[in-house]
Amino acid sequence: MLSPVLVLASVAIGIVPSAAGLAAAGWPRRSPAAAILLWQALGLGWGLAAIGALAGLGAAPGGFGVAGGALAVADRAVRDVASGAAPPDLIAALRLLCLAAGTGLLILLCWVLLAASAAVLRARRRQRVLLSLLAHGDPKVPGALVLDHPTAAAYCVPGLRSRIVISAGALALLDQAELAAVLAHERAHLRERHDLVLLPFTALRRAFPRSASARRAHGAVALLVEMLADDHALRHRPARELVTALIRVGTSGAGSTPTGALAVGGTQDGEMAVRVARLLQPAPGLSVPALALVCAAATLVVAVPAALLVLPI
Amino acid sequence: MDVLWESQTPLTVRQVGGCLTDRDLAHTTVMTVLDRLAKKGFARRDRDGRAWLYHAAASREAYVTELMLHALDQTGDRSAALASFARRVTDTEARVLRRALEVGGEGSRS
Repeated sequence: MLSPVLVLASVAIGIVPSAAGLAAAGWPRRSPAAAILLWQALGLGWGLAAIGALAGLGAAPGGFGVAGGALAVADRAVRDVASGAAPPDLIAALRLLCLAAGTGLLILLCWVLLAASAAVLRARRRQRVLLSLLAHGDPKVPGALVLDHPTAAAYCVPGLRSRIVISAGALALLDQAELAAVLAHERAHLRERHDLVLLPFTALRRAFPRSASARRAHGAVALLVEMLADDHALRHRPARELVTALIRVGTSGAGSTPTGALAVGGTQDGEMAVRVARLLQPAPGLSVPALALVCAAATLVVAVPAALLVLPI
Repeated sequence: MDVLWESQTPLTVRQVGGCLTDRDLAHTTVMTVLDRLAKKGFARRDRDGRAWLYHAAASREAYVTELMLHALDQTGDRSAALASFARRVTDTEARVLRRALEVGGEGSRS
């Protein structure tokens, strides 16, 4: 029983430095989609491996596999309690403790995902109601809503009834070509449902608010999603329009925003510089063998913990 | 809602309907809309004899500010609810970006 547990534990522990390496690597900005796939695989693989390792420590030995062994132990414990048998010895108690920790982690991860989804849906519903009361259309930005506020901002509210919102400040600041680039960027977010890509990472950050790894994963995926939308906008608009729009919106509030507020957004220092740099000096995407390698790594990092969890070894 | 925002004093359903003469709405329609706004928390109402007096729960500016704070990611919870186009940068970073645009712009043209 010990060796699958060892593998699961080393996968769970090994993923953390791998994620740090991925966050620091340069290639993700060349192929954001492949990098997002790998991030998702790392997240899922870590969850499976960590739950599996804890459950495996608690599982009964004897060819049931991790999941089967864990169920056997839980079943025996319930029956012991029901029949009023003697309290378990130390080893059995430790087993049950590990099992409880594994179950707890599983419940925690499922719960935060549900809670984050519910919070997001609530926030979006309020946004849509408020926008229907406050915002209005404008012929300069077809398909988008205009919000009367002097600060430049552009964003989208994803969902089945999605909205693109441009502030009056941004409308005044950007010329027609730049506005078109902004709209193309936001439409890419909505069409590809980038919000769903980001949601599990938001949930992970909520589950472990003190973890630097969770924060780094969320930040990296958020940036990759922006790059993906930038790339889509580039198919319809020249890079220069998008870059000037980015810089104008990004720098419009510089100096006037309170430092406390900047600190919140400042967790991603240099994020804008990275986006601008890759738009101005585009690097070629990853080669086909490199993409295949990324896909293989992503598959492996999910398949190995999943197999160890289910197969009776 | 615009009528409530522009009025200085709380209004009855009939008064709100009176302000919307250009739209020719039935009294019950106005009543239903106001009732719904009150249930969603955007309007408050107090009983005045047999009629309800409606007023806006918060000013238009307060709601616009709320939307903008979310848009600029300054609420503290960087949720996945919205996706903002560009993040605010510091003055130093702004200078670096502008220089990158000048240099990169020349590079991409050559």
